[in-house]
Formats: sequence, C-alpha cells, structure tokens
Amino acid sequence: MSTVKLTVNGKAVSAEVEDRTLLVHLLRENLNLTGTHVGCDTSQCGACVVHIDGRAVKSCTVLAGQAAGSSVTTIEGIAKGDELHPMQAAFRDNHGLQCGYCTPGMIMSAIDIVHRHSGKLDEETVRHELEGNICRCTGYHNIVKSVLDAAGRMKIAQAAE
Amino acid sequence: MGVEGIGASVVRKEDRRFITGKGRYVDDIKLVGLTHAHFIRSPHAHAKIKSIDTSEAMKMPGVVGVLTGQQLVDDKIGNLICGWAITSKDGTGMKMGAWPAMAPETVRFVGQAVAVVIAETKNQARDAAEAVVVNYEELPAAADISASIKAGAPQLHPEAPGNVIYDWTIGDEGATDAAFKSAANVVSLDITNNRLVPNAMEPRAAIAEYNEPEEHFTLYTTSQNPHVARLVLSAFYNIAQEHKLRVVAPDVGGGFGSKIFIYPEEMVALWASKKVGRPVKWTGDRTEAFLTDAHGRDHLTKAEMAFDKDNKVTGLRVKTYANLGAYMSLFSSSVPTYLYATLLSGQYNIPNIFAEVISVYTNTVPVDAYRGAGRPEASFVVERLMETAARQLKVDPAELRRKNFITQFPHQTPVIMAYDIGDFNASLDAAMKAIDYAGFPVRKATAKSEGKLRGIGISCYIEACGIAPSKAVGSLGAGVGLWESAEVRVNPVGTIEVLTGSHSHGQGHETTFCQLIADRLGIPISQVQIVHGDTDKVQFGMGTYGSRSAAVGLTAILKAMEKVEAKAKKIAAHQLEASENDIVIENGEFKVTGTDKSIALPMVALAAYTAHNLPDGMEPGLKEGAFYDPTNFTFPAGAYICEMEVDSATGKSSFVNFVAADDFGRLINPMIVEGQVHGGLAQGIGQALLEGVVYDSSGQLVTASFMDYTMPRADDLPSFKLSHTTTLCPGNPLGVKGCGEAGAIGASAAVINAITDAIGNNKLEMPATPDRVWHAIHG
Repeated sequence: MSTVKLTVNGKAVSAEVEDRTLLVHLLRENLNLTGTHVGCDTSQCGACVVHIDGRAVKSCTVLAGQAAGSSVTTIEGIAKGDELHPMQAAFRDNHGLQCGYCTPGMIMSAIDIVHRHSGKLDEETVRHELEGNICRCTGYHNIVKSVLDAAGRMKIAQAAE
Repeated sequence: MGVEGIGASVVRKEDRRFITGKGRYVDDIKLVGLTHAHFIRSPHAHAKIKSIDTSEAMKMPGVVGVLTGQQLVDDKIGNLICGWAITSKDGTGMKMGAWPAMAPETVRFVGQAVAVVIAETKNQARDAAEAVVVNYEELPAAADISASIKAGAPQLHPEAPGNVIYDWTIGDEGATDAAFKSAANVVSLDITNNRLVPNAMEPRAAIAEYNEPEEHFTLYTTSQNPHVARLVLSAFYNIAQEHKLRVVAPDVGGGFGSKIFIYPEEMVALWASKKVGRPVKWTGDRTEAFLTDAHGRDHLTKAEMAFDKDNKVTGLRVKTYANLGAYMSLFSSSVPTYLYATLLSGQYNIPNIFAEVISVYTNTVPVDAYRGAGRPEASFVVERLMETAARQLKVDPAELRRKNFITQFPHQTPVIMAYDIGDFNASLDAAMKAIDYAGFPVRKATAKSEGKLRGIGISCYIEACGIAPSKAVGSLGAGVGLWESAEVRVNPVGTIEVLTGSHSHGQGHETTFCQLIADRLGIPISQVQIVHGDTDKVQFGMGTYGSRSAAVGLTAILKAMEKVEAKAKKIAAHQLEASENDIVIENGEFKVTGTDKSIALPMVALAAYTAHNLPDGMEPGLKEGAFYDPTNFTFPAGAYICEMEVDSATGKSSFVNFVAADDFGRLINPMIVEGQVHGGLAQGIGQALLEGVVYDSSGQLVTASFMDYTMPRADDLPSFKLSHTTTLCPGNPLGVKGCGEAGAIGASAAVINAITDAIGNNKLEMPATPDRVWHAIHG
C-alpha cells in the first residue's frame, strides 16, 4: 500500500492504495468520482479519459502512483458551478450522446482536441483525433457535430476572457 | 405541436447528468459490506470437469467464499431457459440441452463459468481465482456450423443428435418449387452473415443484496427489461420468489439486445449473496463481454430468387443454417425463425416463398438477439439478391426494385406478416434524389479517370417491430406476452410522474415520453418525471427491445393519459359548474369552451386529493394505469444508398456518400430518431466493413478484445444524410413505427452492393476488409 497525493478537480487529495491500483480506480473507488468509466481492459475505448496537467490521458493506462503530484481534472470538474463547459453544452445541444457511458471520456478527449488545434478544426481532423474513443450508440455523427460546435463556442469564450 | 410537444426536437432531459459525470450505472453503486465476485472460466471450448480444488483459494487473503457449479445443483438452482418454443418440420419440439449457470460437469464454450470467488476486494477475488485448480479432460470441439453438422462431429448435448436444435420451415414448398420450374431467370447466392459482438460500452454488471430477516433480495443489474429478469429469476431459476425480489436497472450504458437476457452472472450473484450473507458485486471486464455476452447473427444461407420474363419476382427459396452457440439463450430460437424468415418478402410482391432454417449447436458463446435480430439477416438476403439479379438481368437496380414493390396495402405476404402501410417508391425517390443517383455514371467515369473504382449500392429494407401482439406471438411459441404497461400519477400539486415498463438505455425516453404529456396537457416537460427500471416502483412491464418503446410503451402511456384526462375533466367540470363535454385542455388549464372560465391543472389535482368537492361517487385521487397490447407489428421501411470508392492497389473502401430515407410514421422527437438511425447505420456498416468474430478450429475466441475485434471508430464512418418520408402507422393511435433498429437492418447490404458494384465482382464476404476486397479484385 502507498499513499498517493495529488490534486483532483482543484482539491488536494490523498488516498491509500495498493501499488497496482490504476488512476481510474483511485478516482472511482477512493474518491467516488464515478463519472470516469471503464469500458475495456486494453486502453482502446477511451471511456476513462481525464486530464493530467491539462493533457488528455486514459486513466486506465496510468498507475495511481504515477499521478502523484499531478493535477487531475475529471468530467466532474469542468463545469463552473451550474454553468456547463462549452463542450458539455455542445454535446447536449447536438444530441452527441445516447447511453452516456462513453460521454465523459469523449468530452475530456474533445476538449483536449480543441485545445491542441487552437480552435482550427474540420470534420476530418475531429474524426481522426477521436480514434481513441469508442462510442457504440451515436455512429459518431452527432459527436463530431458537437466537437465542431464546441470549438466555436470555446473560441468565443476564450476571446471574451 | 408545442415547443416541447410531439414533433419537436427537444434537447434531452437526461443529458445533464450524463455530461456532468453524474449518471448512475450499476458499477457506480456501493453498498455497505460489499464483496466482489470473480468468475473462473473455462479455457477450453469443450471439456469434462474432472475436479475443482478450491482449498488454496479459500486460504487467500480476503476470500469470503468459493462456490462451484455443483453447489448450484445441490441448491436446486434452475438451468437457464429459452423462452420461445420452435417446432421442427417433423412436428418435434426444439432440442434444448441443459445450461447451468456454472458448469458442474461439462463446459461447452471458452469462457463458460465453472466457479466463482467472492472476496473483500475485486483484486483479492481475482488473485484467489488464480489459486482455484480446475482439472479438465478436453473433448473435441465444433467451432462453427460446418464443423457442427459434418458426419462424426463432436456432439454437444445428448438431447440434440447431430447438434441440430430444430429444422423449421415456413411457406409453401410445392408452390415455390413450381415457381422456380417455370422461371425465366433464377438468381442464386451463397451468403455468410458474419457473427458479431454487440459491445455495449458499459460492460454487464450485477450487485445482489440479501436481507435475511425479510428473506428479500435486491438485484441491481444492467438490464433492458428488469421485470422480465425478475420473472425469469423467480419462476424458472428458483433463486427468489417474485414478491421477494426487487430488480433495479438504473442507468444502463447501451444494450442493443445483449442486455435483454438473464445471464449466469446475475443468477450467481443473487444466489451467492445469500450464501455468503453479504452483498455481492460483479462487474464484467471487456474480455468477459466478448466471452459471455450473447453474440449476434452467424448464418450460412443459400438463397435463390425466381423471375418471370418481365423481371417480376415469382419465387424465393432460402435455406439457412443458424449457429445458436453452445446453449439456447433466452430468445435465441425466435431470432433465425420468426424474426428472420417472416421478413424475407422484403418490400416486394413475392407470391411464393419457402424457407428452411436449421439451427445448430456449436462450441461457441450462445447467440441471441442483437440490434435487428433476424431482420438484418433477412434484409441482407433479399437486397443482395435484388442487386445480383439486376446485374444478371442487366437492368437498373432501382428499376428492378420498383417493378416489384408492393404498392397496395394492407399486403399479406406468404410468410405470416401483413404489412399495414408503406410507400416504398417515396423513400427510394428521396434517397435517389439525395445521392444524385442520376449523376452517378459521370462520377464513376471521373473516378475511373483518376484510377479509382466507384460503386453505388441500394438497399430497400422493411422490418417488423414494435413487438408484438401477444396472442399472435403466443401462437408462434413465445413464452411471454409482449404488451406494455404504464401508469400516470398526477400529484396533488399538479406535477406528473409517468411510470413505464419500457426501459431507456440510451433511447431518450425521459424526454420523448414527457413530450407526449406536454402535448396532451400543454405543460412544460420539466413538470413531468419518467420513472422506469425498478420493479418496486413500476408495475409489471416488458421492457425495451425490438423497437417497441414508442409503438407499444408510449401508446400504453397514452391510454393511461386518456383515463386521467377523462377523470380530470369531470373534476374540472364539477368545479366550474359546467358540462364535462364542454371542457378542453389548453396550456395546462381546463377551460369551458366559449367562456372565460377555467381551472388550472394543479387546482384540479388538488381537488382530486383533498376530495372536499368531487362529483358524487367519484373516488379521490388522480392516477390511472393501462396495459396496451398492440394489434400488429409496425413496419418501418426505407431506402439506403451508399456510394463508395475503392482503391484497387490497397483494397481499401472509402465512403463517398451514404444517404438514408426512412419511413417511421410520426416522429415524436426527430433529433432523437435521427440519432437512433445514425447508431444503427454505424452498426450495419460495422458488420459490412469491420466487425467479425473469429474462432479458431479448436473453439478459441481469437477476437476477444478491442485490439482484435474492429469496432467502428469515428474515422471509419461518414456523416450521414438522412431524410424521412411518412405513412402513419394505422395500428396505433400515435401513428408511430419503431426506429431503433432500422439502420442496422438496412445498411450492410447497401455497403456490400456498392463495393461489389465498384470492383465488378459479386463474390465478397463481410466484413469486406481491404484484404478481402483486394483479393476480390485481383483474385
């Protein structure tokens, strides 16, 4: 067992975990942040994507200990109070989700995609970049639409800040 | 149509919890004293269990118990059942082999559970499972249909000689043979309908809790039909009595059919929770999903179509072998029979149809309903034959279809179904316009000049859904009725709860069902709450599958609403001293027509519950229930056209365009309907291009992870162009048809028709991988 200290959604946290514990399990089991999901066991599906120090990472591919000292943001940490993150709002407005299981990982990946492409995105790039996130419900049509919509919203939000 | 009424693309109510990470799926639930289960599974496709030694595992840290299949037998836990009886052509019943939840003696597929470890933590259960020693005697295995039916094949069940479960026929064999004898042309095809894994993104999970003093169980599970689960667990598996078992299906992360069935793991979790006296949780991992979730499709078919000299279809003859896996899953028997062969008439006027379906056991995961369930297989047969015929007869494939379209309704096919309504020309027109069919030859020539092969493929599907009239399915062997129930509770303050037997696992019921209420009463959907998925809250209902929630579930809600409205009008009339016939409901108010007198819904509701001033003899309260049994299936139909470009150097196929024109009758929420189509198309395209289960000859599942089984990803798919044509379903008052499965039913034939058109070789199996396409081009 080890003590892992890290920052999650802006709060300093500490958890006692087995050394083999993955970050996703620390989040779900120790911190009860169950919005981050597990959809596979081969790091393929992306349901577990969170941000570590601002970058999208599959939290099933990181030992909890490796995240020590990092700042982790999960799906629970991106809205500002009642105000949704533009990516969350875009997924809702464009029907970018159905069962909701892949959605947190999709949203966390998508935010990173928009950041990395500085707001300049087209459909082909979004589809290529989403390769690490599997959705079985939507056929991706409305997810792609959501990400492109959010890219515009995030640009406007950034300009306003 | 109000802003939130029927026909409005209302943004989903349920989304806020999902996009903020506050969904509540089974694995998110924690109970005090929770233990964790890990199953020990067979590594062999077929073997005798010689011994199971659990002694070392019992000594491992945190272990609470290790349970085996023999203990299940000793506790008289029932075997898994198949709920639809199929009779063979010789009059004998289907040959069902015993399927215990954990195998006591013989394992028949890789992944079958033989024992379970219950421990304090998931890791401890996993560690201890490694210490359980199972001694097997391997037996020869039959890993596919060909291996199962050949002479000298390994026999799976003593009940089923030759591994044949049933040999079933439908239609008039003599008349069909005669049609072929007098045919001007005959077109034939050998078709493999590839085996698929549903792969809902949420793996199956179960949490069971036993309350000893109350002798009461609670099961949280990933189910599309919690009441059916409770019925089966109590009536057949002898685990708990129905009134002592609460089944809760909370947020469920996709189903696609695979979460209809009651699986061994749920049974064992319930049983084990009593054995160990602690709540037990099992959450499957993805490999377990591949190894144990019911697979889909898996047919080998020989199909022939007869034409007269005017290119009118005169006969269809089909022989299909269906692989049902090692055991008969809950509705597996009905999928390749009544859900498949009854749709072989497609959109066409075919006077003579005969089909024979032989279902067999193999040493593979059981096969059952997966999105479309039999109808994608039927549609693929018919639409591949039509396309092949057009090429063979050298006529335009669209024109050949039009020549044979059914245009008069109702239409009785030779294979049970009576199509109520449709306009097949309208959907084909819409699709051809959307893809600029007329301009295709020019595009093909341009592509050719650039060294690319361009093809176009049509698929005109019809399906039967909104299952189903109980009496009709009962006469065909179903063990259950397929009605739906609903209850509408108007609270004393005028807010409304709608309790439904339907279950949403992505379909958006929490929004669409509210839209009906908003439409009827003129109140915002925020005043309505949909309650589903809990047998303690909702009266018995049948659940969600077979695209039935709108046509059957929502109609049940409408029936309950009509009763609520009738009573509320009486109360309003009494309060307003008017005749109830003069009361109209508008914007949440009960108004006396032609006057300015009105009373708001909350006041009517309050009056119903205070009961101070109700009409003489009226019971207090404002709550009504209804059970609705449909009178027929609904028959969604449409035309899908796909244009593809193939790189002959690599065999890679790329989408140029994919258009879908569907007729779903009235649309409650077009945004949600289109989302359903998108998802279905992705699964149909996945089958055509990417997905396929591979077993090796020893019965090892080679494709048991997302590394090995190709799920469609965002860059594998195009954006879709959808449109709708409308014929209102006459079978239900809302005029709706099912929309959940259409995409998966119609898409695969369009894709394969397009690729085979591009490469000029009609022999191409699914999934049409670049390797297969390259070989089809270059030999």
